[in-house]
Amino acid sequence: MQIYGEHNFPGKLFIVEGIDGSGKSTQLSLLQQWLKREGYMVFFSEWNSSPLVKETTSRGKKKQMLTPATFSLIHATDLADRIERHIIPPLKAGAIVLADRYIYTAFARDTVRGVDAGWVRHLYRFAVKPTMAFYFRVPLEISLKRILGGRAGLKYYEAGMDLDLDDDIEQSFRLFQSRIKERYEGMVDEFGLTVIDATRPIEEQQDEVRALVERQLRDVPKLPIRIEDLEED
Amino acid sequence: MNNNSNDHQFEFYGEGLPDVDLSELIGRLIVIEGTDGVGRSTQVSMLKPWLESNGHAVLDTGMTRSELAGSGIKKAKEGHTLGPVALALYYATDFADRLENQMIPALRAGFIVLTDRYIYSLIARAIVRGADPDWIKSVYGLALKPDAIFYLRASVYDLIPRVLRQPSGFDYWESGMDQHLGDDRFDSFVEYQTRITGVFDSMIDQYGFEVLDASHSIDWIYKELQHRVGRMLREH
Repeated sequence: MQIYGEHNFPGKLFIVEGIDGSGKSTQLSLLQQWLKREGYMVFFSEWNSSPLVKETTSRGKKKQMLTPATFSLIHATDLADRIERHIIPPLKAGAIVLADRYIYTAFARDTVRGVDAGWVRHLYRFAVKPTMAFYFRVPLEISLKRILGGRAGLKYYEAGMDLDLDDDIEQSFRLFQSRIKERYEGMVDEFGLTVIDATRPIEEQQDEVRALVERQLRDVPKLPIRIEDLEED
Repeated sequence: MNNNSNDHQFEFYGEGLPDVDLSELIGRLIVIEGTDGVGRSTQVSMLKPWLESNGHAVLDTGMTRSELAGSGIKKAKEGHTLGPVALALYYATDFADRLENQMIPALRAGFIVLTDRYIYSLIARAIVRGADPDWIKSVYGLALKPDAIFYLRASVYDLIPRVLRQPSGFDYWESGMDQHLGDDRFDSFVEYQTRITGVFDSMIDQYGFEVLDASHSIDWIYKELQHRVGRMLREH
């Protein structure tokens, strides 16, 4: 098992992070369109998408039977499955892998729930270190307006209701998001997150992201890596 | 078992779990460990009524019995499709769920928790599948240190007749077939169980296992366990 920072693959891993309503998914999807058009092999990996783990996660959430520890571990299981199945193999093939949320989401959420910060960082040592991790920084008032305006309803864990912050689900969500944001801000230097000002127009943000990504793509092939090429290294 | 004094206090191996007050845990945690086919569950099924007849309330638990993750793991194993890190973490999820929702509440209520396997089997399986030993051990920093860990130790050749007594014979997972260690289930079983035993042996001192030679008869082991468990309960 290789640990964080030890992997050395021909492909590249770009991930986006930020609180709900920061616009990170929109930006990632625009980035994906562009990379495809440029002719790169692109693979998109979604948070919480491992089919083998999903059922357990959603049952745990529906029945509200997750504790901070099991919430943390089931999400780590999910990411481990995705990394072993969907992230490492494409990276080996020389693809650009895009992930909407990554280990930093877990560090933020889990520690807000009271899980030990050192323990959860160690837990995710199996993760591949991203080529670049973008953090879409947005003031809470803006993100809350985007989220609370448009959505049908907040879910129990999404709003941090398990933390007993407030009986009102919207108020709980506000408090939970503000704590998550604090954790993100603390991780900017710790993990060298690339901060994008997410209050600017979508097009401007996307231009900046593309320019930053482009610099990392000099050696990236537009065709699959052949095994013979790998073995020469 | 008298808990009037403060002479017994649980500890976590590492960072532990949020929101658990260790001073509230007044029961005892006893672990029976060992490789597949070594007779752990037989011993648990004999120890439980014995302890109960002596007036102790007993909770017995074992792997993949969690409400949260038990069925998910079984399904994932049927397909043989989970990678080694994900499988190790799925087991950790199952373990944490049982620890928080079964074992700790029982310990709080003063039960003796008798568990068929604990974190050591899970650590051994993960290491044999290539996990970084420091990594998987630190994941289980959330576990409680048991009051006693009885390691039933047998050589792989002692296990074979027991495996063949089961109608299913050499099981896919007990033979480590996901590891591609041998041409068939027998070769693979020997190699896999030898590796698992090697990892168990390497943990004896680190975790303070009490080793029992499981090549003895069931009855001999049972008497030995009764003796040691009885002594442990008197001491604390």
